[in-house]
Amino acid sequence: MLEPERYELNEGPAYHFELERRDFFKFLGGGLVLLLVFDHPADAQESGRAPRGDARPPEIAAWLHIGEDGAVTVYTGKAEMGQNIRTSLTQAVAEELHAPVSSIQLVMADTALTPYDMGTFGSRTTPTMAPQLRKVGAAAREALIGLAAEKWKTSRASITVAGGKVKNASSGETIGFGELTQGRQIMSTVNAANLTPADQWTTAGSSVTKVNARDIVTGAHRYASDIARPGMLLGRVLRPPMVDAKLVSVDASKLNGVSGVLVVRDGDFAGVVAEDELTAATALAAISSRWDHQKDQPSDKNVYQYLKSHTQSGARSNPEHGSIDQALASSDHKLDATYTVAYIAHTPLEPRAAVAEWEDGKLTVWTGTQRPFGVRSELAEAFSIPEDRVRVIVPDTGSGYGGKHSGECAIEAARLAKAAKKPVKLIWTREEEFTWAYFRPAGVIDIRGGITSDGLLAAWEFHNYNSGPSGINTPYEVPSHVIEFHATDSPLRQGSYRGLAATANHFARESHMDDLAVAAGLDPLEFRLKNLKDARLRAVLQAAADKFGWSNSQSTPTRGFGLACGVEKGGYVASCAEVSIAQPGGKVKIERVVTAFECGAIVNPEHLKNQVEGSVIMGIGGALFESIQFADGKILNAQLSKYRVPRFSDTPAVETVLLDRKDLPSAGAGETPIVALAPAVGNAIFHATGTRIRSLPMI
Amino acid sequence: MELVVNQKHYRIEVHPDRMLLWVLRNDLELTGTKYGCGEGQCGACTVLVDGAPVRSCLARASTAAGKEITTIEGLAQNGKLHPLQEAFIQADAMQCGYCTPGMIVSGAALLKKTPQPSDAEIRRAMEGNVCRCGTYPRIVAAVRMASRQSTQRTANGGPHA
Repeated sequence: MLEPERYELNEGPAYHFELERRDFFKFLGGGLVLLLVFDHPADAQESGRAPRGDARPPEIAAWLHIGEDGAVTVYTGKAEMGQNIRTSLTQAVAEELHAPVSSIQLVMADTALTPYDMGTFGSRTTPTMAPQLRKVGAAAREALIGLAAEKWKTSRASITVAGGKVKNASSGETIGFGELTQGRQIMSTVNAANLTPADQWTTAGSSVTKVNARDIVTGAHRYASDIARPGMLLGRVLRPPMVDAKLVSVDASKLNGVSGVLVVRDGDFAGVVAEDELTAATALAAISSRWDHQKDQPSDKNVYQYLKSHTQSGARSNPEHGSIDQALASSDHKLDATYTVAYIAHTPLEPRAAVAEWEDGKLTVWTGTQRPFGVRSELAEAFSIPEDRVRVIVPDTGSGYGGKHSGECAIEAARLAKAAKKPVKLIWTREEEFTWAYFRPAGVIDIRGGITSDGLLAAWEFHNYNSGPSGINTPYEVPSHVIEFHATDSPLRQGSYRGLAATANHFARESHMDDLAVAAGLDPLEFRLKNLKDARLRAVLQAAADKFGWSNSQSTPTRGFGLACGVEKGGYVASCAEVSIAQPGGKVKIERVVTAFECGAIVNPEHLKNQVEGSVIMGIGGALFESIQFADGKILNAQLSKYRVPRFSDTPAVETVLLDRKDLPSAGAGETPIVALAPAVGNAIFHATGTRIRSLPMI
Repeated sequence: MELVVNQKHYRIEVHPDRMLLWVLRNDLELTGTKYGCGEGQCGACTVLVDGAPVRSCLARASTAAGKEITTIEGLAQNGKLHPLQEAFIQADAMQCGYCTPGMIVSGAALLKKTPQPSDAEIRRAMEGNVCRCGTYPRIVAAVRMASRQSTQRTANGGPHA
């Protein structure tokens, strides 16, 4: 499921779990263990396994353990970073196991304890991991029923499981899960199970409170940056003055004889280790260094010309879907336009952080990453050691938004710890996070669109340079179309982001559709519905418009109303926005946003609503003001005081309509609700001012 | 120097230029107070010094010596959560939770000064705190909820939070 724009990903070797039965019980203790194995190669690939040789061993997707004390522990390689999957996955298990949420613990994203997982991205947890955990939960319930039937010498049919207890319906006796497994080591393998349909859910489908909320509000939760180890030292890394620079020389002679400071030099890497953060920072500043770098690099001022002139795939291909030129020529109204989107930064509030510890040639790293197994591979490769000597533990992380896929901070901490022979913590500064992570790609999108005199799309040509192909296909009916993504060289390091390129592609498409509606003389809602067959997308569009009061929304020069919609990663979204335009000055403020979202059967309505609201508010930054400024390889606004993110005062009234489709499988929801915000706002600005803004950010 | 944190007295050797944030986190292992930007722009490092909100990433530890410092770890009393902590859970006013300690400490400072703030007053007082996950409307709702709760408690003769 790797989308082409995940530039930062370098998929690690497939991991083959070789735990023996006795090893499982050694680290889990006695009781009942349920292993879920993939029986379809496609399922296995979904979680990132690559076939290896002919005899592929059974691949384990998840496991569940019920201890002798009745404690239920479920193991998954997914990572929690604010999307609330620790809660939703717990609900999934609770639903099938017929046990309370509070009785189930999830062990997540620890390469020594959890099954392999390619990574937590692409909104894949809910559609792929949740069904797997539900299967293992259902199988555990069936196994408990079997044990109880055996114990009570009765038929399985007379045994029920509810509220974490097993009951003999004929005698009325009840017994806890732990008592049933006591003194035994039972291991069972499953690859399928009957799952409870969504319309019969009792635990899933309800607004269960975030399971570790208390730890968060008390400050007790330990993020990677909060981990402490005995004798731990603090590290800092020497950074080049610009990207793509090569280290020529380092002079650390000022630190000769300074006690408590260790300078580490290895190839292009240099860093310091000290007992406290001030000593480390002072030592780093005392090192002088010379770097070689390329001159005349592009800047944010000319990056769009650069991207269009640096395509990797050469010229545009010849249209195959009918003759687009002919279709455009015969259209009654035609509109050509170019859209641009800037590089933006994820700016997770917890910057990259890692604590690394070496012991007997084995490396343990606590770090905030979306790819624990990928980072393990990176570490193993960096230090030329086998993967089984590296353990990566990911505490629930201070957000990622697609920005924490790579392991550079973990490698740096491990290199410093290796030299120091003590555990080392490295927390990237905010400036480092802005400069040395990666950005959402900048891009250029060229569109040519044509409609008939009665407002039907006739031709659609769409070329995206660099920002990526996610969400590039139009959901509208159009007889003649050419839609292409063109990979280009990027002057800055770029990678995944919440919603990926779908934000850029929706911004361009939905802005252009709005202009075509005007050309057709039709209301923007009416024009979209006229060209849209997809029932799920029509449903969210209509729901958002109804809740917003679209039919009564007449734009004026000081107040504008706009809407936009889209489908991405199995989720359907429509947003309506109201903006005010201050006079004089023209300052834009988003006053109100109504978003309708549908992603199949809803697992946790309150948390889903929270994700939709969060997407809308994060989307305001990219829509209105976030942009990385750079020149000659230097990031010019690598601070929160210079890079503006949405704050309380930027927040409009946010309303959410959730459509619950219990008849459809659940899709992920952390990304898609972001894609309609920017075009809805741009359209609202246009309907107020008559000015069409075709660049993100818009102000 | 002597630091009084959450009513506990610590006598520690600290370089006078070290910031309170790092002394709390690295020396006293009170890691609930977070680093977010190092320039007072995000509010993740907010603590109370004699009841007033302070950006601990910009305050030298020496400036807080001898004063009453309250961190997120000191808000709950005898295992009972502060009304704001309860309200944040009730309102689901968090996603990744990294900004939450700073938000709650800032909110607690506001409620101490202004027990019944309007939504506009809440937003103004919290403007310097960033939630990158975008839970702002829920945070406003949580502060509002906690202000109502503590008002009711005072009316019932209970302790004022």
